[in-house]
Amino acid sequence: MSVTSIEKDLERLTMTVTAHYDVSADRAWQLWSDPRQLERWWGPPSYPAAVLEHALVAGGTVTYLMTGPQGEQYHGYWEVVESNPPRHLLVRDGFADASGTPMDDMPQTLMTVGISDRDTGGVAMTITSQFPSLEAMEQLMAMGMDVGIREAVGQIDDILTGAPSR
Amino acid sequence: MVVKQIADEEADRIFHALADATRRDIVRRSIDADHSVSELARRYPISLTAVQKHVDVLVAAGLVVKQRHGREQRVVSDHGALTRAQHLLDEYEQLWRRRLSRIDQILDQDPQGGTA
Repeated sequence: MSVTSIEKDLERLTMTVTAHYDVSADRAWQLWSDPRQLERWWGPPSYPAAVLEHALVAGGTVTYLMTGPQGEQYHGYWEVVESNPPRHLLVRDGFADASGTPMDDMPQTLMTVGISDRDTGGVAMTITSQFPSLEAMEQLMAMGMDVGIREAVGQIDDILTGAPSR
Repeated sequence: MVVKQIADEEADRIFHALADATRRDIVRRSIDADHSVSELARRYPISLTAVQKHVDVLVAAGLVVKQRHGREQRVVSDHGALTRAQHLLDEYEQLWRRRLSRIDQILDQDPQGGTA
């Protein structure tokens, strides 16, 4: 497992995940900069993501669509604040309506990505997510993060039915 | 669209309560140790009455509780909100663990990558 640490700050409502990978920084950056790679990991298998727009530059927008097993659709977007390939990315992640327009009444998560070289080879990728408030976090978890929870149920189903794990 | 019913009023109270720096500080301090209202008042450049009002807002939001010890009112943290924050971040952690395990698979299958 590549996850090396997960830190949570309950008062700042911040979570920082650090993972190590035996690849170059350029390769790690592709996880974010190549929409075909991004959509393979951003959404769970049960809610696959399709990246629609992908302008990973400061001021740019990334939009994606996640579709659930019953055809439920969640539109999401990133407002790209900073982008310094292959080291640093700062985006505001939010939900959009069916036309892809950001929903003003839904809070955004501020996400910072850092990719640094390790002395021993490979890279450390650090992803920090910050929620604006407890209320915002509850709202987000109730809506889209739902998607993450359902995946767990799906994986349990796979195990119970003997299907290969994904 | 799936929107779970959440306790809006409660969330509003918590959000409002934590929107003030003095109140956030009181919450932080009361997590570490119990303080009387007058002890807290000495730490801020505001009146005892103002501190009492802040404490009342925090009580209404369920972030702290007041306990009477003799003549003193002590402010004790109510872990309810922090527990919810912990619970939500734990769920969020699971979401990211799954994302990172998918990233593992992608990098295992394609360590060199392509022309992105």
